This record gives sequence, structure tokens and C-alpha cells, in this order.
Amino acid sequence: MKNIISTKVKNMQPSGIRAFFDLVLGMKEVISLGVGEPDFVTPWQIREAGIYSLEQGYTSYTSNKGLYKLRLGLNRFLKSEYGVEYCPDEEMLITVGVSEGLDLALRALLNPGDKILIPTPCYVSYGPMTELAGGEPVYIDTSKDGFKLKPGVLEKHIDKKVKGIILNYPANPTGVSYTRKELEEIKKILLKHGLICIVDEVYADLTYDFEHTCFASLKGAKNNTVYLNGFSKSYAMTGWRVGFACGPKEIIAAMTKIHQYSIMCVPITSQMAACEALQAGRRSVEEMKREYKRRREYIIGELNRIGLVCSKPQGAFYAFATLKKTGMSSMEFCQKLLKEQKVAIVPGTAFGENTKDYIRISYASSLDNLKEAISRIETFLKNKK
Amino acid sequence: MDEILEILEKDGCATAQDIAKMLKKKPENIKQAIKKYEKEGVILGYKAMINKELIKDAGSRVRALIEVNITPQKDLGFEKIAERIYSFPEVTSCYLISGTYDLLLIVEGKDLHSVAGFVSEKLAPLENIRGTATHFLLKKYKEDGVVLKHREENKRIAISY
Ligand SMILES: Cc1ncc(COP(=O)(O)O)c(C=O)c1O
Repeated sequence: MKNIISTKVKNMQPSGIRAFFDLVLGMKEVISLGVGEPDFVTPWQIREAGIYSLEQGYTSYTSNKGLYKLRLGLNRFLKSEYGVEYCPDEEMLITVGVSEGLDLALRALLNPGDKILIPTPCYVSYGPMTELAGGEPVYIDTSKDGFKLKPGVLEKHIDKKVKGIILNYPANPTGVSYTRKELEEIKKILLKHGLICIVDEVYADLTYDFEHTCFASLKGAKNNTVYLNGFSKSYAMTGWRVGFACGPKEIIAAMTKIHQYSIMCVPITSQMAACEALQAGRRSVEEMKREYKRRREYIIGELNRIGLVCSKPQGAFYAFATLKKTGMSSMEFCQKLLKEQKVAIVPGTAFGENTKDYIRISYASSLDNLKEAISRIETFLKNKK
Repeated sequence: MDEILEILEKDGCATAQDIAKMLKKKPENIKQAIKKYEKEGVILGYKAMINKELIKDAGSRVRALIEVNITPQKDLGFEKIAERIYSFPEVTSCYLISGTYDLLLIVEGKDLHSVAGFVSEKLAPLENIRGTATHFLLKKYKEDGVVLKHREENKRIAISY
């Protein structure tokens, strides 16, 4: 029974911080700023729409692409929000979150040995999913550039084997986002080399300092873009598992081919609820965004005050702070903080090689929690001096 | 609405310091703004929301919604009579409403009799009052946007990417 697991899966990097996660999960009364999802529950109108659809007996499969009503709703939303038009019939697919969309895009695009560029630190699944799809991740360290992908640095990493890039903004774990002008620069280089941009804009609605630019809305970019987004973060719908992928007809058709066999369709209840989210959920999105924004100001000010230096993130709900002043590595810091003060945060090492002295602090948590956590971290830091 | 008010409406205990941090303003400026709101009567007061059902010795208070029909007074409309009514300490809320009735009151008393007594002895005999309908409240589920349930447990897993 030695070779029962496939070599590919065996070779997947085991996450170095799994043990730390287990430690957190086994502990009681921890204040956690380590959560990668909203602390709000899904707004009631949306939950109610899900319940109502069940009452009405909507319990069947939908078309592989997803409910037409939902695709049409998304078509209208994208047109009015970003001026981007995707055909609901041929250029859209409803997926099980951005997670599935990412997996499908990579599997549909990659041949063995194709390279995918991934700016780091990044969301944990980009590398492993690329490898599983037969590709080779090429990590681009952005830690020296304020965690932003610089056009010049991007171009240096491009060779004949590179097929595309996974770009995520606003970003998990750094909260970094890009202005339209910055994106134009990146786009120019990608187009010059004929690369595909798989863009993960799941935090788009949580952009605080400027308007979010949809990558596909950049002139000439649409044909080279696989646009991934979902309902998880904007509408506090992580558990429903609904997302969508938009892109050129040919790519969406290829992704749909895989999706029809591996998933068939997204649960109908979730799709019905997502329709309602587009109809009635925008107000809640705005309300939650205002709340996150206030917490952002609070937490960034406080972290810097107690010596955990971080710049102001432009989106999402994470602060990415450096531990340089403390002299501790992120793993050591997180373990000790958990043990001594019962505050859980995620070490920067979870998101890449070059962030050993960073921590990710999620402010998707009530102000009371943030306050208490800051006070405990402050005590922790004082005790270490 | 000013964000200061939005914050205070949710959490009356929020300090000027905290609000300043959230809005990236100087605490003094926040203090001034709040003072101004208090002076202008925009902010009328601060109080705790207490779930009395959880307090054993709170003394069971009875509450009733009372609809009141009024003959409006010449030149004064409903204002004068409304004032006469809401000045009674038993009346905890008073609204002018559209529909079959004119005023909607919330009246509190220590038991059924005291509320009934208030209606028959104080309210009904007032001149201009043409009729009342009293509805006793049996259970409170939600009040002023707050669901009267004990704080819910956290349903998220404690750590995730
Ligand atoms: C950057 C990023 N992409 C994708 C996801 C997964 O999103 P979904 O719930 O839509 O699968 C997350 C969740 O944490 C994320 O942070």
C-alpha cells in the first residue's frame, strides 16, 4: 500500500502552519484575528430568498452554466458597475466560489510545464492549484516593492514558457490594491507578451480609497482575461459557495467542459440566494464596507502605535504588519501570542517565502474584539522587552 | 448621516477616542461635534438596552400599545392634546399615525390593572378623545433593531486563510 497516493498529490507542499491552525482550533476562548471571512452573517433578505426557494421546491440541478437569471443579473451588474459586458450565454459560468473558478481556469489553460506567474505573498491556493493542473508556479516576490507588482519586475520574469499570471486585488493577505493607471501598466506588458491574466477580484467591493477597476474593463484586456469573482466576501456569503467566471467564449467553454463533469452545477439554493443578493443586497454591501473601513482606520492606527508597523491597506479586511521591531519570526510570534495571550493571528509564512517577519491581522471582527486583541498584544509586547 | 452618529447609534458607549481612531480625526474635534449634537438636541441621551426578561427582580412590568382617536383642536391640530397625553409618565412612547386611529401610545404599568386604570381614569376622560383600543404586549422579540436574544455563539471557525 506504499504508492496508494498519487505522486502529484504526495509532492504537494504540506502547509507548514497546519499544526498551528490545529492548536488554535483546539483552544477555548481565543480572540481570533485570524479569520479570512466576514464576521457578518449573510443579510437576511438573502437568507430568506434561499429559504423561500427551498419552500417552493427548488431542489434540482440547474444548467451546467448556472441559472440564466443569475447570469443575466451578473451581466447587468458588471455593465453598470464597471462598463464591462459579458454575454450570459457564452462568456459566463457560475462556479463553486472563486476557488472552483481558479481551479477550472488553470486546468483549462495549462499544458504540462507551462508556467504561471504568481506575485507573492498570495492567497494560499494559487501555487498548489497551479501544480495540480500540471503547471509550474513562478513566484514573484513583491515584499521589496510595498507588496505591489511593479511592471519592470513583472517583465523580468516572463519567458517563453510563461502562459499567464494570477493577479489578485485587493489582495489577501496584504490588502494592497491597484489604481487604474497601475493596472494599465501591468496590462500593457501582459498584452505585449500575449499572456493570460487570471484575475481574482473577490474583494473588489471592499475597496476603500479609490474606485475598484475591473481588469477586464481596461482597453484591450478582455480577450486575455479570465475574470473571477464571487459572493463570499462582498455579501458575507462564504458558506454558500457561489462565484462566477467570465472570459472569452473559448476559455469559458473549456472551463464549462470540466465543470459539467466534476461539479455539474452550483447548488440551486445558493444560486437563488445569489440572485437576491444582486437585487437587494447592494445596500448591505455598502453598510458593511463602511464598517470595515472604520475598523481599518482603527486597527492600522493602533498597530502602528504599539510598534507593529504596517502601511494602510486599500482593500479587503487584512492588515499586514511587520515584526521587524520585535525581533521575532512570525511563527514564533504567533505561537507565543496564542499561548500567552490567547490571541490568534496568521503568520506571514502562510502566504509565501519572503514574509517570515510579517503577520496577517484580519479586521473582520467587532470593534470590541479588535480593542481587546490590541490590548492583549500590547501586553504581550511589553512582557517581551 | 454623519458617521459619528452612525457609530453612536449602534454603540452609545463608543468613546470620542475610539471614534477619532475609526474616522481618523482628532479626538477634540469628535468631542466638539458630539457636544454640538447634544446641544442641538440631535443626540438626546444615552442609555443601556436591558433585556428585562433576564432579570429576576425587575418586577414584571406590563406594556400595552394603545390606539387613540382624537378630535383635532382648531388651530392646534393634534399637538396640544398629544402633549397632554405624552406628559404622563406611564406613556413611554407616543406617535402620530395614519389610518383609523390618530395616536399610538406605548404605556407601561406595574400590572394589568394599573394600565387599564390609566386608560379608563386618565386617558379616556380627556376631552377630545373619541375612543381608545388597548393591546397588551405578550412577548418582546425585537425592539429598536435589537433582537432580544442572548448573544449568539460564534459560528465561524477560529482561523482560516
Ligand atoms: C484572494 C482570495 N481568493 C479566493 C478566495 C476563496 O473565495 P471563494 O469563497 O469564492 O471560493 C479567498 C478566500 O479567502 C481569497 O482570500
